[in-house]
Amino acid sequence: MQVEEAMRSAVRHAIRMLLLLVLGSLLGAALVRMAPGFGVHEEDLDSRLSRESHAALDQKPAEDASLIRFYIHYCGRLLRGDLGTSTSLHEPVRQLLAERIPETTKTLAIGMALAWTLGLGAAFASLLSRWHWIQWSTSFICSLILSIPTAVLAIFFFLAQAPVRIAVGLVVLPSVYSFARGLLNRTSGLPHVLAARARGVGELGILIRHVGRVAAPQLLALCGVSVCTALAACVPIEALCDSPGIGQLAWQAALSRDLPLLVTLTLIVTLVTLCANLAAEAVGGAAFREVRR
Amino acid sequence: MTRRSVITALLTLSLTLYPARSQTGNQLRFCIGASPRTFDPLLVTDEPSETVRYLTGGVLVRLNRQSQQLEPGVAVSWKVSPDSRSIRFVLRENLLFSDGTPFSSEDVAFTLNRLNDASLHSPVADAFRAGDGKIVPRVESKNTISIAFPAAIVGLDKLFDQLPMLSAHSPHKEMAVLGPYYVADNKPGAYVLLERNPNYWKRDSKGHPLPYIDSLRLDVEQNRDLEMMRMLRGDIDLINSLDPEQYEHLKTRAPAKAVDAGAGFDTEQIWFNQVPSAPIPAYKKLWFTSTAFRRAVSLAIDRADLARVVYHGDARPATGPIPQANRKWFNSTLRPLSFNPPGALDKLRQDGFALRNGVLNDKDGHPVEFSVVTNSGNKAREEMATMIQQDLLAIGIRLNIVTLDFPSLIERISRTFDYEACLLGMVNDDLDPNAQMNIWVSSADNHQWNPNQKTPATPWEAEIDRLMRLQASTSDFNKRKQAVDRLQQIVQEQEPFIYLVNKEALAAVSPRLRNLAAVPLRPQLYWNVEWLWLAPQAEARR
Amino acid sequence: MRRARLAAGIFLLLVAAASLLAPLLAPAPYARQFREDTNASCSRQHPLGTDGLGRDRLSRLLYGTRVSLVLAPAAALLATLLAGVAGGTAGLAGGWIESSVMAAADLFLSVPWLFLLITVRALLPLNVSPLASVAITFALLGCLGWAGTARIAGAEARALRTSDMILQARASGCSAVRLLRKHIGPNLADTLLTQFWLSIPVFILSEANLGLLGLGVAEPLPSWGSLLRELGSLSSLGAEPVRFVPLALLVLTVSSFQFVLHREDARL
Repeated sequence: MQVEEAMRSAVRHAIRMLLLLVLGSLLGAALVRMAPGFGVHEEDLDSRLSRESHAALDQKPAEDASLIRFYIHYCGRLLRGDLGTSTSLHEPVRQLLAERIPETTKTLAIGMALAWTLGLGAAFASLLSRWHWIQWSTSFICSLILSIPTAVLAIFFFLAQAPVRIAVGLVVLPSVYSFARGLLNRTSGLPHVLAARARGVGELGILIRHVGRVAAPQLLALCGVSVCTALAACVPIEALCDSPGIGQLAWQAALSRDLPLLVTLTLIVTLVTLCANLAAEAVGGAAFREVRR
Repeated sequence: MTRRSVITALLTLSLTLYPARSQTGNQLRFCIGASPRTFDPLLVTDEPSETVRYLTGGVLVRLNRQSQQLEPGVAVSWKVSPDSRSIRFVLRENLLFSDGTPFSSEDVAFTLNRLNDASLHSPVADAFRAGDGKIVPRVESKNTISIAFPAAIVGLDKLFDQLPMLSAHSPHKEMAVLGPYYVADNKPGAYVLLERNPNYWKRDSKGHPLPYIDSLRLDVEQNRDLEMMRMLRGDIDLINSLDPEQYEHLKTRAPAKAVDAGAGFDTEQIWFNQVPSAPIPAYKKLWFTSTAFRRAVSLAIDRADLARVVYHGDARPATGPIPQANRKWFNSTLRPLSFNPPGALDKLRQDGFALRNGVLNDKDGHPVEFSVVTNSGNKAREEMATMIQQDLLAIGIRLNIVTLDFPSLIERISRTFDYEACLLGMVNDDLDPNAQMNIWVSSADNHQWNPNQKTPATPWEAEIDRLMRLQASTSDFNKRKQAVDRLQQIVQEQEPFIYLVNKEALAAVSPRLRNLAAVPLRPQLYWNVEWLWLAPQAEARR
Repeated sequence: MRRARLAAGIFLLLVAAASLLAPLLAPAPYARQFREDTNASCSRQHPLGTDGLGRDRLSRLLYGTRVSLVLAPAAALLATLLAGVAGGTAGLAGGWIESSVMAAADLFLSVPWLFLLITVRALLPLNVSPLASVAITFALLGCLGWAGTARIAGAEARALRTSDMILQARASGCSAVRLLRKHIGPNLADTLLTQFWLSIPVFILSEANLGLLGLGVAEPLPSWGSLLRELGSLSSLGAEPVRFVPLALLVLTVSSFQFVLHREDARL
């Protein structure tokens, strides 16, 4: 019974995910297609080109005639494993992604690890410690990080020759710390925590076994969201720091209105977002049921 | 001067010009803004591809960017027919492509025949296809070839500076080259590596094979600030073009690296939308099509301040479409465009405008307010627009500045015509005014203020059409100069483009780089790449 | 902690007062260009020096505060309210409503909204006033910035849904709206307040970056974002410290918001 239920749930999630992937990529394609500047080229301003050349450059392939037609062709190619060719870089999209996904994956993993280690650690430290200065200084550092423009961050990182991944971690850190601290702080005021303290359980033990476990579903939801934040941060940071990841690719594709590349990148981002949030929900739900038991 | 001192001087000079054997080699590094889109020289439309084409292409004749004279390339001599419809080349003998394939007039014919392909759309292809009909190359012998064109082409020989020869027989197709370097490695998004061509024909006077530098590494770098930081750190050896702020920063941090190559040929200008079908209010169309209005706006702009504040003095007020630096074609009788706000108001009053409570109104009572679009990310243009905003406010005109991303901007000014005024620059790689045909002829696509006219909308545009066709139909320099002078006069009278400034060509160079002669014509620093060499660190000038 | 909160509150009031009194306090109109005095150091005439076009920095900072200090918190409030309503409703309702809202949140987090912003710029008249343009920009940011917090709020509301408090409230006939307002809402307050103060600097900087698309503040109107954009170039290295005053002001303001909105810690 339980296995059947689990399978039905898995199928439901898979269908939901597929629908959202289709919807997300279609919406992304629609936004790019409708936005001004689609289909124009810098060559339009090149006075060395003749009228015939301008007209030839303006001609769209038949499959690009409309959004729906493009999308149907795109899905057909996708099923065959062909992600199309980038109109700005003139390379197969698959090849471009294969070269760049590992770089961004590393950036995301290290950035998230840094943000969560420091953020959660600082949240725990500020709750455990009786010294307000820990909270004040951490809050101030978070305000500082949030207020620094990404371009300035990029310059400093380049000068210090520090890895770009740290910048991504820093961008995510303030939200991780602030939300985590708030969640843990609220949970610390619950009756069962007071009862545990009355029984003489140590502060660290309370924080981990009683506070952390209860706040786990929300913390996991935060984790899912912070993956999306980190991925979004990759775009300007990789572009400004010239790191060869998909963030840099996304920025270039956006400026060039590169539809095949942008639709594929939207698909990837949607997939990562869905997986991260689904995992967070699944683990969080299990943790919640465990706590309620 | 004693004989000994002359000999010493000559020896010293030869040591400076020619590197010691041990000093050849090394790698020159600089950045390009994006990966080249193509290595086929006939398909080049973007700047990075043009850079690779210049460094690898073997051309029949080469324009010396310093003297601005044509010099033999892989052709030893050439002759243009009096009617400018044919040209005959005598080629160097026993040349080989980079992969060892022999070069002959068959390859020249192959290259020219490719230009006949109607599906080929690029600036170089369009430049050669001046009229209807095909280009007819005629191989006379292994080393001589004559080429006939369907119509006269002004400056025919100079066009071949942009056309590298392709091999008709090489299995490597366009990757087999005759230039100083060949593409050894290409990592899209990261770098392009060029290695010396072992079969390059040129040698120095001592018989040493050129180029001196073994390899060039072109790193892809989109961020101009990071490019500058790499320059300061010594990671790269040159930056071909700097913006004024970067140049000022370089002058304070590393003055030895800052290079001013002289007055440039690029222009910055504003123009008003004069397209009759543009989706803008009719009363604004009346303003923009009024010569008095345009001249008044021009008079209200303080160009000296633009050059001084925005460009830190590294620019000069513009006079017209041909910069003063283009000495051959500049009309020296033209007076500089003046800054005269009271004169501007007089002109406007003559056209029925009136200044009331600090706001200028047209004769129907509409307050004069319009927007100017420009591309975002260009700090100099944004600053110029802000200064012009204040200048126009002084005569009661309210200017709204809208910065747009480039594709949105292009769509507005070339497709939808949904704009009022535009501030952009023009890159002038070719000093010959014929290269601007598609800008000045009223029926052309790039006649920015009112393109694709079926018949000229105004008498002065009809006159400009006539003048451009006249200068394109004759090879007599004096007749051409006369026509171009008159063109410049009309443009100054009518101001369809309100020219602002001509920028200096600013660059950054490592002190290790020798035989460098920075010039304003592109490519400013490596136009003589085969002669450049890198001194060891210890000998770098401080 | 109370003293810190008081100090933060006074700081915010001072900043607000200074921006309201800008016409009196500013040494010069914010758009006036002293072209003979560009990039000037601090002086009596220009206490914070001048920028690259000779405009008085202090004047631009005071007037920029009006734009950023009003519009950024307003946009943050909008994003927070949307997140609260969406997340709270989803978590409380459960079932297909929760799935739909979370799916919408996921889509909002994934889709390239940059192009929507470009399209909005295309739809706006070119001569829209700078203030209208920046107000529309912040409104858009507010409408687009709810998704992440909605997810977290949804998770919290979901946890509360089966709590004794909610069960008792339902049993006593509480309507869904009242449940949301009186029971779920206050419990989400911490999360939402955190979202609020986190959004302020993000929106201020985003507004500056949106200038690249023709949105955001148009010249000559200043904003903190446009003042901070000046720092994003090489010339800011080795620049006088006074150029970092807008950054310092933003950091202090955001920290003050944090302290003012902070709730007392539970004692561990």
